[in-house]
Amino acid sequence: MSKIIDGLYYSESHEFVKVEGDFGYVGITDYAQHELGNVVYVDMPEVDDEVEAGEDFGAVESVKAASDLVSPVSGTVVEVNEALDDEPGLINKDAFENWIIKVELSDKSELDGLMDAAAYKAFINE
Amino acid sequence: MSENKVTCLHDKHVALGALMSPFGGFDMPIQYKGIVEEHNAVRNAVGVFDVSHMGEVRITGPEAQKFVNYIFTNDITKMEVGGIQYGMMLYPTGGTVDDLLVYTMGENDYFLVINAANIDKDVAWINEQAAKFDVKVDNQSESYGQIAIQGPEAEKTMLEVLSLDCSDLTFYTFKCVDYNGDKMIVSRTGYTGEDGFEVYASHDTIRDMWDMLIQAGVQPCGLGCRDTLRFEVGLPLYGDELTQDITPIMAGFGFFVKLDKDDFIGKEVCAQQKAEGAPKKLVGLELHDKAIPRHGYEVCNENEEPVGYVTTGYRGISVDKSIAVALVDAAYSKLGTALKVHIRKKYFDATVVKKKFHDKSYKK
Repeated sequence: MSKIIDGLYYSESHEFVKVEGDFGYVGITDYAQHELGNVVYVDMPEVDDEVEAGEDFGAVESVKAASDLVSPVSGTVVEVNEALDDEPGLINKDAFENWIIKVELSDKSELDGLMDAAAYKAFINE
Repeated sequence: MSENKVTCLHDKHVALGALMSPFGGFDMPIQYKGIVEEHNAVRNAVGVFDVSHMGEVRITGPEAQKFVNYIFTNDITKMEVGGIQYGMMLYPTGGTVDDLLVYTMGENDYFLVINAANIDKDVAWINEQAAKFDVKVDNQSESYGQIAIQGPEAEKTMLEVLSLDCSDLTFYTFKCVDYNGDKMIVSRTGYTGEDGFEVYASHDTIRDMWDMLIQAGVQPCGLGCRDTLRFEVGLPLYGDELTQDITPIMAGFGFFVKLDKDDFIGKEVCAQQKAEGAPKKLVGLELHDKAIPRHGYEVCNENEEPVGYVTTGYRGISVDKSIAVALVDAAYSKLGTALKVHIRKKYFDATVVKKKFHDKSYKK
């Protein structure tokens, strides 16, 4: 059973956003890490890069395959989780704790287009 | 999904909670516990694979030896009963129909083991060539189940769990064994770069053996780690390193193409490529970065002009590097050549290295 956390926003491509003030922490869900298996590489953008909702901003790679990361929100990358460079498997240990990028949100209304925990739970159980 | 065939162990994979996925026309287990754990079990201890999807073709008749030698690149006249050879079937263009094993069962009696995805194509090809020979071609793929027991503890596992003493088998030999009234074939072969055995038997026998191995605690291994294991030791996968457009000479498997034997299909092109050099070659690539090259990604020269493509790539498991095998223009195939791999939006520096990234540890 995949873990889902209340209060986060979820996308259909299995990214989450945890909002704190004007910032959003973006990562992949527990369901996604489980589907991928052993994560061996995370291709991340750089600080100051712009991300756009619905656009690729990198990839999470398991042994078997590369999976594009699609940003659920638009804004500027203010921080990347550098711990994932040395230990990409942290995503398998706790996907929600090990977010990938921190974004300064340029349009908070985009969050309305995402799912809440209950909707995401229904989505992955379909 | 329903179009995929299933092996005789399918229900057992599902019961073990395996991640299932289509491969070669079959619904196959990709992983049970995880690719890394299963890969390491085979490198360090022992693992068991369901490889019942592989095809088996028996060729018999007065001209069986002459015929098999005509469609196969290796020289089967050099083999005794109980011997096995690896090699390819080629088109007249030198491109590869399939890579396969040939088991010498007796005089003019051969057992061919072919790739699952190619069964229909191969059988049609073999039958087409057989028209000019006095032979009988029997596709026995649906009669046989097959398991592979692989890893440094494989011999011990065969003895202790399956009561099969295989200490008399050397690498690439086999024996036929009566097992509860079933005649099965046991060979010292595999596709992992480790010591190991493959067992061909009836579906019932294979199911019994699988249960015994799992109950004894042998790690079930999926096709995920089968691919990482074979890739690290430089073994080709048909569809990646060998295709109808890739000759064994381009792939660097000239050792298995015996140009000094009688005529065989594809000989002329192979001889020419061996003499003059092949236009393209398979090379190993080591990336300087952690980004992972995948099948089909473009390989470029230092000016970012395309010179080839990745056939297989991984973040190595036994080798902690991003590595790949790529088919490149021959001019870029020398060891040490600087190349680039196009991964998503960027070009990553890579160096041409040997395509055997990890040493095999066969028991010869």
